[in-house]
Amino acid sequence: MIRFSNVSKRYPGGHEALSDVSFHLGPGELAFLTGHSGAGKSTLLKLIALLERPTRGQVLINGQNLGKVGRRRIPYVRRNVGIIFQDHRLLFDRTVFDNVALPLIIAGYRHQEIGRRVRAALDKVGLLGKEKVFPITLSGGEQQRVGIARAVVNKPPLLLADEPTGNLDPELSGEIMGLFEQFNQVGVTVLIASHDLALIQRLRHRIVALKNGRLVADGIPQAQPA
Amino acid sequence: MSREPKTADAGRAGVRDAASAPRRGLGSRLAVYGLRHLQVFFYTLGQLWRTPFATLMTAAVIGIALALPAGLQVLLNNAQRLSQGWDGATQISLFMKNGVSEERARDTAGRLRARSDIASVEFISKEEALEEFRRLSGFGDALKALDANPLPSVIVVHPALGATAGVDATRELLKRLRALPEVDIAQLDMQWVKRLYAIMDIVRRGVNVLGLLLGLAVILVVGNTIRLAIQNRRDEIVIIKLIGGTDAFIRRPFLYTGFWYGLFGSLIAYFLVSGSLLVLSDPVRRLAGLYGSHFRLSSLDGDVTLALLGGGILLGLLGSWVAVGRHLRAIEPT
Repeated sequence: MIRFSNVSKRYPGGHEALSDVSFHLGPGELAFLTGHSGAGKSTLLKLIALLERPTRGQVLINGQNLGKVGRRRIPYVRRNVGIIFQDHRLLFDRTVFDNVALPLIIAGYRHQEIGRRVRAALDKVGLLGKEKVFPITLSGGEQQRVGIARAVVNKPPLLLADEPTGNLDPELSGEIMGLFEQFNQVGVTVLIASHDLALIQRLRHRIVALKNGRLVADGIPQAQPA
Repeated sequence: MSREPKTADAGRAGVRDAASAPRRGLGSRLAVYGLRHLQVFFYTLGQLWRTPFATLMTAAVIGIALALPAGLQVLLNNAQRLSQGWDGATQISLFMKNGVSEERARDTAGRLRARSDIASVEFISKEEALEEFRRLSGFGDALKALDANPLPSVIVVHPALGATAGVDATRELLKRLRALPEVDIAQLDMQWVKRLYAIMDIVRRGVNVLGLLLGLAVILVVGNTIRLAIQNRRDEIVIIKLIGGTDAFIRRPFLYTGFWYGLFGSLIAYFLVSGSLLVLSDPVRRLAGLYGSHFRLSSLDGDVTLALLGGGILLGLLGSWVAVGRHLRAIEPT
């Protein structure tokens, strides 16, 4: 689903955010991307979402070489990737329903279909009763759930999350991660950038670790002796 | 054209759900496309409605800018309509030679009256001419010093020419009248009409130039308003780009906003112009009455109204198009 081949990214000014990174995430896999701030997690996600272009190397998503995607095709690639942001990036002048419906409106779904899918997505994240509410009145955890509902509402095969639990307490973080596991169980490929090592080691999924832009570890953590 | 063959479509029902874009036939897609435009159409109207004061201010500026050239155009059309009749009012004055007797002059007038290319003939005898001159010139006493009447008798000829006949026919008639043995001078009294037309030509060109400049101003006003709207909604644009909104999708509401500004502006211009004409109509009627004319100031006719509305909408769209083209691409998610 995601294949990085010798990818490097150097920003103008000389800072090399990623150096020669190669890894592969198969369809239906769930993996965590970890590392300290500045290790290159965000840059890696931005390359997948076509927010940045690699300086060297190749990024393939679902068999499609992103290097060959022209500017005008970028929106259509992004529709196949659900992105969840640490700061939620919701529209505060629109209701929860309208926020979640936005990807469907962009893709040109019919009115009835939009209503059905939005309610299904909100149901999945446990916010079915809050359709008509404005996001500003919701708690941080609820806002993040709205963001997740928006990311999954058009059923993309790939989910990216950038520090989705960054501002949440451990209990809420656990619930959010549980949601991602649920989506993964129905076949969605999930890549979550997080520095919450305590949480993600408990979850026993594949962990891809970056340090100073290099890939330093890739594997499933062993059970710790009790 | 549908991207998937129909048979495959039915078999793929299970896979379909996971696909990002809904698969549909052409007719259905067109319907959705139209529906989406309709949604944006009303959505943008609602947005403007929520900030009535700001919207009204912008629309009023556009309205005034459009009302000026439109109003002048209407006045020009009125002036043209008024002066159209004056072409027919062309008259030719025939001054008789000194030796021509009163009776012979009357005879000539009678003969001319019978001609088919002459509508009417007025005969002014020497005495009448003198009387009129005495009355109008104020030189009455000086004239008494003369022992003989120095004025010739005059035949005033109104050619039987429609407004369409034009200058050539009049000139031809003038040549023939000048050739009459009794006639000393034949004078075509049309110079002032020509001068008026020349002035009106200049004014018309001036109005066109003014209209061009004010049209440009409308584009700039709308462009600047849309530029501010784009800046205000920067976050929204970034988010829409992040979740796969195309440039066209992002552009659409701003273009419709420009459309609304153009429409509202030209409606305001319409009411400004027709209101001003209403205010002017009474005094104009009174003035015309003093000249013995039944002239009425005509208001905006269908053509001008259509041109005003269409022009306003076009300028609004153009202004927003310019702003969107310049500023939207600069906003990219990071």
